[in-house]
Formats: sequence, structure tokens, C-alpha cells
Amino acid sequence: MPIRGRLGIRLLLAGLVCVLVLSCISALAFGPAVIPQSYVWSIVGKHLGFAMPEDWSRSQEHIVWLIRAPRVVLGALVGAGLAMVGVALQAVTRNPLADPHLLGVSSGAAFGAVLVVLYLGEFAGVFSLPLAAFLGALGSMLLVLAVARRRGQLESDRLLLAGVAVSFVLMAMVNLLLFTGDHHAAASVVFWMLGGLGGARWDVLWLPGICVVAGLFALLAMARGLNALMSGEQTAVSLGFNGKGLRLQAFICTSLLTGVLVSLSGAIGFVGLMVPHVARALVGAEHRRLIPVAALLGALFLVWVDVAARTLIAPEDLPIGIATAALGGLFFLVMLRR
Amino acid sequence: MSTLSIEGLSWAVEVRRGAPRWLLRGIGLQVNEGEFVGLIGPNGSGKTSLLRCAYRSTTPARGHLCLDGEDLWQRSARWSAQRIAVVLQEFPQEFGLTVKDVVAMGRAPHKGLFDADTSEDARHVAQALEHVGLSTYAGQAFATLSGGEKQRVLLARALVQQPGLLILDEPTNHLDPRYQLELLRHLRGLGLSILASFHDLNLAAAFCDRIYVIAEGEIVARGTPAEVLTAELIEQVFGVKALVDRHPLHAYPRVTWIT
Ligand SMILES: Nc1ncnc2c1ncn2[C@@H]1O[C@H](COP(=O)(O)OP(=O)(O)OP(=O)(O)O)[C@@H](O)[C@H]1O
Ligand SMILES: [Mg+2]
Repeated sequence: MPIRGRLGIRLLLAGLVCVLVLSCISALAFGPAVIPQSYVWSIVGKHLGFAMPEDWSRSQEHIVWLIRAPRVVLGALVGAGLAMVGVALQAVTRNPLADPHLLGVSSGAAFGAVLVVLYLGEFAGVFSLPLAAFLGALGSMLLVLAVARRRGQLESDRLLLAGVAVSFVLMAMVNLLLFTGDHHAAASVVFWMLGGLGGARWDVLWLPGICVVAGLFALLAMARGLNALMSGEQTAVSLGFNGKGLRLQAFICTSLLTGVLVSLSGAIGFVGLMVPHVARALVGAEHRRLIPVAALLGALFLVWVDVAARTLIAPEDLPIGIATAALGGLFFLVMLRR
Repeated sequence: MSTLSIEGLSWAVEVRRGAPRWLLRGIGLQVNEGEFVGLIGPNGSGKTSLLRCAYRSTTPARGHLCLDGEDLWQRSARWSAQRIAVVLQEFPQEFGLTVKDVVAMGRAPHKGLFDADTSEDARHVAQALEHVGLSTYAGQAFATLSGGEKQRVLLARALVQQPGLLILDEPTNHLDPRYQLELLRHLRGLGLSILASFHDLNLAAAFCDRIYVIAEGEIVARGTPAEVLTAELIEQVFGVKALVDRHPLHAYPRVTWIT
């Protein structure tokens, strides 16, 4: 039975926040080099300004605070962001199978990434790839919008179809470039496309951080409208929402957020598609409850999947896209069987 | 209570480029304060299209729509949603909304972006559910209700909107005889201005103060049920023969189909 009372939701949210914080810290212990939990907690404590007995080595501190911590935070942000995007898109398109990657944003990002790695080189230093990926995502978003709009209307079916079509065309170009291009460079692009949080650094986290928080507030502000849109175009209008305007807002907001996240982490599938379903099973489809719960669940999911990605074939990093798809898919199959 | 007046309203869809098909032509319609106005007409005559214009869902090509003397299209969608509520046949999809969630959506036009639901809102919702006799269903998933129960939930949502004008598209469609009568009696008792489309001419005759007849996008007759519902008009508009006499117990006309 879903949790629906106001108190129940508050307790659930508080519980999820606690579990997420605990998970983020414990997750720091896992990786090719296993570091005891006690060290991990003390290192985090030290960096948060508490006086701690320093009995760990410098390299352990380096691994925990400079390599793993930003990675865990990025994972939480990406998971939360993609789950929110999935929730919003499923409502806006009235299609429970809508997914952030369906709208062509990820293929646009991949296209941008390929162009940079194969042809442009590092035009903006370490930010070249994310920047190019983001520009690609933006371009494909505008393309989808241009195709989907007809006589000033923006219908959800056309939006999905345009997204899928643009996606296919862009992926074809990406694959063509990879096929004909330098194979060593191509391998690095493929690796990026499979998704990975390995590139996370403290000094780039502010960007996804701001975007995810802003996205959360933007979508919460739209929550009543999303409820209405989910029920149908005429219902939305009769409740005082401008269906087309709302859909456009939601599309732009989710595309930008996806673009930023994908450019940093690669195309991580499954989170945006399935986490919303799990969240709906927990708290129902009312968006003011659903959006925060889905965001927290998405963050939690990705933090632990990334732990698996770090440890399963250590010292190699398993691309997290593979891990989310495999683990998430299995989890969902089990849920379906029950 | 609101008044709605529609004058010279026309609406067309573009079949091919530059070839409009006029689906509504020169419609004039008035709903006075507290009046129950019925709209009847054959399938495809434009009832739903006309109602959509009245609640600002479709933009007419020509004509004026005024609610309480204010031009609807000069006002925002939110403004009209605070004054006009609509009961449609469009049911929310299977996404897991509860009955209470669906009814609470009716408060949306009165809420700001980040406003939480207050106890006042909760009271409105509980009252409306009680009105339609579904209090015990509050926590149930909307998708699991029967067609008639869904219809009543959507009415509850409309009531929660606290409108001056209520627009209903074939409100009695899914209902059993008891709930048809109960719903219509209930609607009359609300004292709201009401504009509703009907297929059942006898229900329209029994409950409407005035009736408009629409055929092929034009209003072809208007007046009290007794003035409008004549055997000639029914044959002319619907193409079926009927016997029209007085209801044995009431003053309004009774339509008997000659089969
Ligand atoms: N968006 C549209 N594009 C093209 N044709 C339309 C559109 N909307 C309505 N129509 C046409 O307009 C006519 C009137 O439709 P409408 O739904 O208003 O009829 P109605 O009187 O409500 O019929 P019913 O009794 O079957 O509900 C129909 O022939 C319909 O096919
Ligand atoms: Mg109709």
C-alpha cells in the first residue's frame, strides 16, 4: 500500500535523506583499494571541520576525499537529476515509457563528444568533452523542438516521435564517425558513451549541483500542472494550465538538465525510466510527493550502482551505464515477478 | 453564479492548407445566472466543440465570449479556471492517482506555485466527496473505479474548483438511472449556472430551464423544453420519428421514440 499521508511522506523523505547521506559516506570505503569505514568517516569528519585523530595514510586520504568523494556526489546528483527528468517527461508525454534519452538529448551529446574527440581536439582544455557534449545536447533539443512544433502546437506524441527520430539520425552519424575515425580515439568516445563517473572533480561539481537543485525547484513549481497534464490536455486547460506552454517549459527544463548531466557522466540509462515507477509504487503519482521521492531514490540507486561499478571488476572501472542497466533491469524483473 | 454569453462564434479546422472546414458557425448562446441550459444535437453536430470554446480550450476564429461581462480571451486560463469548472469524459490515465488526488487537483486554480494544501483545501475535498457519495473511496486508486464512479469523482473535482459556471459534456453517459437523476437533481440544487450537453432528450426536458439545439455547427432552435422539443424538430434534426406529449406527472414534454 503506497504511503500517502502527509506525516508518512515527511517521515519517508527524512528517512531517505538520512539513508542517502549514510550511503554516500559508506560508499567511500569501496573501490579497488578497500579503506576501513572508520577511516572514511574520520576523513569526512576532518574535511567537514571536526578535529579527528589522523591515523590514516596520506594516499588513503587522497583516494577518499579527492577521488571518491566527488565521484559519489556526482553519482548522487546524476541519479537524482535523471530520475526527476524521467518523472516529468512521463507525465508530460503521458507515456510511462518515456525516458530522458528518448528525447534525443543523449545522442546529441554523443555527437558533440565524437566530433571533439575525433576532429577538434581539446579546444577548451579538460572541459572540451563535456562542453561539446552539452552543445550537442542543446542542438539536438532545438532540433527536436523545431520538428515537433506544428502551427505553434507542441503535441506530446509528436515530441516523442521527433525525439526518437532525431536520436536515430544522430546515432547513425555518431556510429559512422566512430566507424571511419581513428580507432584509438573512437574507443575513448565509446567508453564515455557507456557512462562513467570517474571524471568527477570537486571543482566541476558546482555546475550539476546548481542544475539539479534548480531543476528540482522548477519541477516542483510545475507539479500541479504535471498532475493535470498527466490526466489529459482538456483537463489541464479546464484547471487553468496552458498545456502547450507547460509542456514546452518542462521539455526545455528537462533537456537542459539532461544535457548537463549527460555531458559529465555519459549516457546512463535506466535510472530515468525505472526509478519513477519504483517511486510511484511507493507514494503514488501525485507529483508534489513523487518528484522529491524519485530524486532521492535515483540518487541512492546510482551511489550504490557506482560502488558495484568500482568493485565488480576492480581494479578496472566497469562503465556505470552497463551496471545500471544490468542491475536495474534485474531488480525490475524481480519486482515484476513478485 | 456567473453569466456566459457567446455571440457570433465560429470555429474552423484546416483540412488542407487554405481549405477551412467550418465546424461552428455564428453560434449565439446565453447562460443566465443560476440557469440550467442544455445543449442537444446529433453526433458530430459540434456540441463538444462548442463547449471547448466555452471553457477556453479551443480558440474560435470569430465571435465573442463573455463571462460576467468580461471577455474570456482577454483573461488568463487561470482566471477562467477559477470561475468555470468542467466535467469531461477524459479520465486520468492509469498512473496511480487516488480519488482524493484527483479531486484535490480542482484546487489548483486557487493555488500559487509552491503553496501547500491547507486544511481548508482538505475540507473542500472531503465535502465534495461527501456530496457525490464517495467519501469512503477517498484512498482508492482512481483507475479501479467504475465508469459512473469516475464520473462522480470528476464532478467532485469540479465542485472543489468553486466555480460560478459549470460545463458538462454528456454528464449522465456512464450513470445508472438512479445516479442520472441524482446527479441532475444535485446539479440543480447547487444553484450554479450550468451548461450541459445531453443525448437523452427526456433528461434534458426534465432538468433544463432552456435548451439549445445544434445541428451541423449551427444553432437551429432555442427555448424552453416545451418550445423546442416538438415532433417536427426532432424529425428534422435527428431524422427519427417521435411522439411528443406531456409528462404524466410534470409540465415538461415527454419524448417517446416510434420504433
Ligand atoms: N480538431 C478537430 N479536427 C478536425 N475535425 C474535428 C476536430 N474536432 C472536431 N472535429 C469534427 O467536428 C465535428 C463535431 O465534433 P464534436 O465532437 O463537437 O461533435 P459532438 O456534437 O460532440 O458529437 P457527439 O455527440 O458524438 O459527442 C465532428 O464531425 C468532428 O469530426
Ligand atoms: Mg461530444
